[in-house]
Amino acid sequence: MTEKKIRVLIAKPGLDGHDRGAKVVARALRDDGMEVIYTGLRQTPEMIAEAALQEDVDVVGLSILSGAHNALVPQVIANLQANGQTDVVVFLGGIIPEDDIQNLLDHGVYKVYGPGTDTREVCKDIREAVKTKA
Amino acid sequence: MTSALIDSLRKGNRLALSRILSQVENGTDAGIAALEELFLETGTAHKIGITGPPGSGKSTLVNALTRELRRREPEKKVAIIAVDPSSPFTGGAILGDRVRMLDLQDDKQIFIRSMASRGALGGLAEQTEALSQVFDAAGYGFILIETVGAGQSEVDVVNLAHTTIVVDAPGMGDDIQSIKAGILEIADILVVNKADRPGADQSVSYLKNMVEMGYARSINNRNHHLEDFHENPVEATPSADWIPPVLKTVASEYQGITELTNAILTHAAHLRQSGQWHAKDQAAIRTNINHQLIAGLLKDFHQNVPAELVDSLVEKAQKRAISPNAAVRDLLAYNRNNTVESSE
Ligand SMILES: Nc1nc2c(ncn2[C@@H]2O[C@H](COP(=O)(O)OP(=O)(O)O)[C@@H](O)[C@H]2O)c(=O)[nH]1
Ligand SMILES: [Mg+2]
Repeated sequence: MTEKKIRVLIAKPGLDGHDRGAKVVARALRDDGMEVIYTGLRQTPEMIAEAALQEDVDVVGLSILSGAHNALVPQVIANLQANGQTDVVVFLGGIIPEDDIQNLLDHGVYKVYGPGTDTREVCKDIREAVKTKA
Repeated sequence: MTSALIDSLRKGNRLALSRILSQVENGTDAGIAALEELFLETGTAHKIGITGPPGSGKSTLVNALTRELRRREPEKKVAIIAVDPSSPFTGGAILGDRVRMLDLQDDKQIFIRSMASRGALGGLAEQTEALSQVFDAAGYGFILIETVGAGQSEVDVVNLAHTTIVVDAPGMGDDIQSIKAGILEIADILVVNKADRPGADQSVSYLKNMVEMGYARSINNRNHHLEDFHENPVEATPSADWIPPVLKTVASEYQGITELTNAILTHAAHLRQSGQWHAKDQAAIRTNINHQLIAGLLKDFHQNVPAELVDSLVEKAQKRAISPNAAVRDLLAYNRNNTVESSE
């Protein structure tokens, strides 16, 4: 059998209406051979967890530019866990102040990427995270 | 572990359902075992295929249609399988159909699953069918299957549906030419979506013409047939014929969705009354068994016949010393002799 495909949900929680970054990452992951489910703008944490459940993804990538990450990200993770998806890798991209990062990692975020991150790095990290999880 | 998962699925646990869908899609041993068990609990769902060119509004239509189906038959759960192509170069895919189905997010009786075609041509149909069987066993009364209508493998996919809807939109190419030949013949219902755009009425009359021509042809054939047998035409004419309706919708505005839903439910009733529901089910099962039989026989063959023998015959054929046809005859003969011995 062929190697299991990595499935990633790319979601944008919150109210900012700008998804160029999310789309760039989605394309990079696709070009790296992953199956990327894209859900569009303005998703609540419940909606994101629900989509992750229906799609049985290995990874959830969140893109947040609004500054609401401290509130939204822990909610997404709490919803994933409430649904029983305790082993999903969560990463975060966007404009995240240095001071907030440790708190987010403590809540279970795998990694935080700022603007201008090399997408190859994201691909490599995801593959590694999924492999160690399995 | 699997039987616990299957029990959870039977109790309506959606994470268990989702995990089993993945196992089945990946063709793991656990997935194959699960499907063997779950198949026995299938056979009640109404499977609806939605196909048509990219951008014609299939996902938007599925969104509107699902909401209407839930309103009309609230006791039935709805599953959606949305298939998008994988990149032939990297094997990756972007599956974006959910973006058009945001109205369905709050209803826990709806389950949307995106699926990449994974480059498997005929295999796509089998995988999609397998996923639809899991949903069927899990008690989903309607299963909507969205595929891009471009080639043969998509035709195969919609063949597993009871009701096939072909969607097009005006201005997608010269008068509806974007619908490929062959795909029209599989339509039980034709939809001209984006009817808010200019040219919709021309598209409708064009399609109606096509349907009438096709229908006239089949009537003619039948009359020939009847003359041959000197039978009473009234008695012998199947009362069951279905003429595909051509409907206009504006999916993004929920226009025409009532009529479309009526057509779908009428078609299901027609299939049941005419016995075609039963016939379609049987045909799908036969195709499924045939496909698996071919794969199984080929596997057996390769176990029985040494690869060197195959290689040497390929070489001989390449030197034009024998024909491929003769090579196959030799290989089958070898396989038969070998099988007789080993099956003791
Ligand atoms: N004007 C108009 N646009 C529509 C209609 N239905 C869908 N669309 C738009 O057409 C685009 C493609 O729709 P989508 O459902 O993704 O098409 P698919 O590729 O066939 O699944 C989207 O931007 C939709 O909002 C319609 O009835 N009228
Ligand atoms: Mg679509």
